[in-house]
Amino acid sequence: MAVPAAKQRLSVPFDYDKYLRPGKLPHIWCPGCGHGIVLKSLLRAIDKIGWEKDNLCMVSGIGCSSRTTGYVDCNTVHSLHGRAFAFATGIKFSKPELNTIVISGDGDAMAIGGNHFIHLCRRNIDITVLVYSNAIYGMTGGQYSPTTPAGSYATTSRYGNIEPPFDPCEMAKAAGATFVARSTAYHTKELEKILLQALEHKGTSVVDIIDSCPIYYGRMNKFKSASHMMNGLEKDGTITVAQAAKLTPEEIGGRQLRGILHQAERPEYCENYDNIIVKQATATKGA
Amino acid sequence: MAIARNKREQMGLTGNSAVAMAMKQVNPDVFPAYPITPSTTVVEEFSSYVADGAVDTEFIAVESEHSAMSACVGAAAAGARVMTATSSQGLALMWEVLYIASGLRLPIVLCDGNRALSSPINIHCDHSDTMGARDSGWIHLYSETVQEAYDNIFQAVRIAEHPDVMLPVMVCLDGFITTHAIENVTPIGDEEAQEFVGEYKAKNSLLDTDNPVTVGAMALQEPYMVFKYQQSEAIKKAKDVVIEVGKEFEEKFGREYGLFESYRLEDAEVAVVILSSAAGTTKVAVDELRARGKKVGLLRPRLFRPLPHAEIAEALKGLKVVACLDRTDSMSGFGGPLFNDVRSVLYEVENRPLIFGRIFGLGGRDYQVKDALAVFEELLSTLETGKVDELIKYITFDPEAPLSVDGSGC
Repeated sequence: MAVPAAKQRLSVPFDYDKYLRPGKLPHIWCPGCGHGIVLKSLLRAIDKIGWEKDNLCMVSGIGCSSRTTGYVDCNTVHSLHGRAFAFATGIKFSKPELNTIVISGDGDAMAIGGNHFIHLCRRNIDITVLVYSNAIYGMTGGQYSPTTPAGSYATTSRYGNIEPPFDPCEMAKAAGATFVARSTAYHTKELEKILLQALEHKGTSVVDIIDSCPIYYGRMNKFKSASHMMNGLEKDGTITVAQAAKLTPEEIGGRQLRGILHQAERPEYCENYDNIIVKQATATKGA
Repeated sequence: MAIARNKREQMGLTGNSAVAMAMKQVNPDVFPAYPITPSTTVVEEFSSYVADGAVDTEFIAVESEHSAMSACVGAAAAGARVMTATSSQGLALMWEVLYIASGLRLPIVLCDGNRALSSPINIHCDHSDTMGARDSGWIHLYSETVQEAYDNIFQAVRIAEHPDVMLPVMVCLDGFITTHAIENVTPIGDEEAQEFVGEYKAKNSLLDTDNPVTVGAMALQEPYMVFKYQQSEAIKKAKDVVIEVGKEFEEKFGREYGLFESYRLEDAEVAVVILSSAAGTTKVAVDELRARGKKVGLLRPRLFRPLPHAEIAEALKGLKVVACLDRTDSMSGFGGPLFNDVRSVLYEVENRPLIFGRIFGLGGRDYQVKDALAVFEELLSTLETGKVDELIKYITFDPEAPLSVDGSGC
């Protein structure tokens, strides 16, 4: 009996090994952490866009998210805490033809690297930024970060966080990024599609990925398990832009929007720079 | 926790727990910090003390180490007693502000869990972080054990705030080896601790609105050098203050601290100069060789900045051969910083000993008794031949060994 085409597709597993460094797995991420799911979505998106590994550069900072570059078999730079954006700017600027991705976390991108993050967005340099947002410093033991919701608990906020959080998407939009989106580790297929669009976008694209840290954030905030946390924060805690359009603000409540939140056309930085060179060179020639 | 003086209890504590406890007992006014391995647990435990109301400290969870040290400077300039803890890249990110702290003569106390600097990224012990900051105008105290790290915190406060000094102090302990190892510690009582550190009253304070001051104003060609001269004089005076505070600490608590530790050095012919936890390992080798009748010893600097040059020269002058072991390479092409300093110190000594430098244990590479014994073997053979074979060399390391990048170490 012939197998239906749809089933045939399902039966062929995606070959992640093609994009992973041999001998590097298992990864260091804790059981229940969504970083591995995010990585898989990213690898599928990279496969779809068809970028050659040798023509791909992945830059990360420091933190759990930033361990990603150790596993992916392309050009990778594991840089300094918060500085991946600046490292990547240098790389992209010197080799604009290199497809460049920054892997960062909420602590890395919003706290110690906040300054570099906004200037990357402002320049609209053609780099895709993934912010693995788990609202905590996981690697150092669960300190609250700039995306930790007010009132929630961390090792440094035993009576609830009194600081209001940043919204990485609003920040990216305000700073000038031309593609801003949000998804979650739970919505792995949707995430893959959004990441593909982000990679295809010319200019700075930022994808905020809501992810769970069951070990620190989960334990301290009464999430019984990793799946409980994924359901609560990622599935029930979010809503698509399309769904939200049909609802009143009251009905949306505290849920975060998923999908493409902002898209704009603006000259890309490397192209702009090249244009100046061409213009000046032509002017000099003419003179 | 108040422990009677005559009935001292021991506690099993990690280096970081002991440091956090000492900081709790000091009860500073402000504690800005950012987490970094391996010093994070100092901050973590201290923040628990804050949460539990065990201290009166304002704890600030800042967004980077640059901000942590900047907040320290701000708070200290406003007249507060300030502390923080960091490691490695954290200290590196504080770099710019370290010079501000010392230049403004602010008695900040920092605890550094010594960790290697990137690149490549490594979270384990070596001294490249604090050694890179050795010219930043801070006083450097290196601790061999958990007990010493604990005791140094109290003494650091007194040294920093001494009117003759008024300079920041960093207390260094070896990352993981000391920060995370549990050792027996004899703590001092809370009241005794408070009595020892006393109350801090800043001479000039931004918060003293009746006597307004400006901090960090521009000082060009003429005045700049005056400030630097004063700073230079102050750090020189720190040496006597370290001795004085150490004596008082010994009188009160029975544990002796000087500028450095001399171990079986009196009649020694050869000796190793080494910092921090590795000195403990080396002492085992010293004992073993002494049992075999070899005249070997050890000198472990505790105060590294300011460098107690005259005292080190005095302690080493009778020796025939000295080996300086650095847990960092200054990348000058001429050995580690300890080697360079000690070699320079010996220049004035009559019939000065031969000296060689060895670089060991970078990025947490193990340093064992056998490694110390090998150094002593070299020292003893140099004593026989009267000639140093190799001035500078990497040890605990085989340059010919294949590098496994897929191993657990990467």
